[in-house]
Amino acid sequence: MPRIVYFSNVSENTKRFVEKLDLPAVRIPLQASEQIEVAEPYVLVTPTYGNGKDESGVPKQVIKFLNIKKNRDLIKGVIAAGNTNFGDKYCYAGELIAKKCNVPLLYQFELIGTPHDVTTVKERMDLMWKQF
Amino acid sequence: MSDMLISSSESDKKMKLASKITRPVNWNKIEDPIDLEVWNRLTSNFWLPEKVPLSNDIPSWATLRPEEQSLTMRVFTGLTLLDTIQGTVGALTLIPDALTMHEEAVYTNISFMESVHAKSYSSIFSTLSATAEIDDAFRWSEENVNLQRKAEIVLNYYRGDNPLKRKVASTLLESFLFYSGFYLPMYWSSRAKLTNTADLIRLIIRDEAVHGYYVGYKFQKGMELETPAYRAEIKAYTYDLLLELYENEIKYSADLYDPLGLTEDVKHFLHYNANKALMNLGFEALFPHESTQVNPAIMSALSPNADENHDFFSGSGSSYVIGKHEATKDEDWEF
Ligand SMILES: Cc1cc2nc3c(=O)[nH]c(=O)nc-3n(C[C@H](O)[C@H](O)[C@H](O)COP(=O)(O)O)c2cc1C
Ligand SMILES: [Fe+2]
Ligand SMILES: [Fe+2]
Repeated sequence: MPRIVYFSNVSENTKRFVEKLDLPAVRIPLQASEQIEVAEPYVLVTPTYGNGKDESGVPKQVIKFLNIKKNRDLIKGVIAAGNTNFGDKYCYAGELIAKKCNVPLLYQFELIGTPHDVTTVKERMDLMWKQF
Repeated sequence: MSDMLISSSESDKKMKLASKITRPVNWNKIEDPIDLEVWNRLTSNFWLPEKVPLSNDIPSWATLRPEEQSLTMRVFTGLTLLDTIQGTVGALTLIPDALTMHEEAVYTNISFMESVHAKSYSSIFSTLSATAEIDDAFRWSEENVNLQRKAEIVLNYYRGDNPLKRKVASTLLESFLFYSGFYLPMYWSSRAKLTNTADLIRLIIRDEAVHGYYVGYKFQKGMELETPAYRAEIKAYTYDLLLELYENEIKYSADLYDPLGLTEDVKHFLHYNANKALMNLGFEALFPHESTQVNPAIMSALSPNADENHDFFSGSGSSYVIGKHEATKDEDWEF
């Protein structure tokens, strides 16, 4: 079964999206001081949090998580959340991570995701997992 | 449930207790991290209309037909009205309900920025148009029944005594009611017209995202303190209010866009944004997928990478790892 590692701020939009997927999922802790390490391949789901100043967008907790080599080695793809109101920075976290980790940006969605987003992502995750 | 019960809600009690002593706001003691994160993003978003070279749009403005110009003016006076409400009433009525002092401060920031938004339309007007046309457009807004109705519905909730309903009204305004207006500058921009004006509107659109996120988030915090029965009531109320506003938006959009034959296109944009407004409040989307499919030209005027959901199994998505921007500068981001 596909596995998910995700981050979600206190607003928990991404958490709600991931819950709707109904797949095994682990949350990256909100406290950047707490670290987790994964042991199996996963797809990362992360919201975008730009500071509006520079080329930022990946939440610092996700950066910490990916700075651990083992975690980085097991990432198979990324799904990014955001809001199109942010214009060219829409889901920018996904773009950055895909490039840095050289994995596909599987999907982009807004806020808690629509039912359409949920079915599409489930389908794609299943397909992808069959390839491993 | 009656309004009697509403006024004794938990968040209300908290507020009354907290207001007995006058306290200075301490930003070194954060109760809700979102307050600080949103404050930081809002202050770094700060902009003024003078920074946008609007006068470069003068030649483009001259290419619009008279009815297109008057539509544009009307749309912008309508948006001015909404930002005026948000700046002078909306954001301020949320202050007494705030759960933290930092939340109060964020509302003052939102309130001020709404006034910047309202004023920026006047910059557009004075750059592009003559006084007589500006006066005409303002008169149209004051006399348009559907625009006035939209203002009245929202103002009623702002004047009402229910903190949660006020937040619902505010979020629907931030995340839904503006979009019948925002459609037009995106439309012009997709046709390479009024592109500087569109740049300014995009700054407004970005601000509204943070406003909608924040008020919607605080609404959800407030909901957590209520009973399941009351939460269900507020949820039903939210969908009712959305539909009431929606019916009115359809009429308002027809008043504006029928002459150019754009109303159907606008509706898709409205459905799409109505769903986002609900999501900001933590509720599921209402309008079905097909009805929210926005004209791709409008979507890419809003966000150039909005439709990059390539299916990388279909073979067409080989561009999925290509990034347009330079990598993040965060020093941690070193593998
Ligand atoms: C301060 C702030 C900055 C944001 N920056 C971006 C951004 O740069 N790009 C984007 O697409 N979305 C941006 N968003 C939208 C969030 O990614 C979106 O609301 C997401 O659903 C948050 O997920 P979460 O509640 O799980 O943390 C931002 C939101 C906030 C509050
Ligand atoms: Fe505004
Ligand atoms: Fe706003």
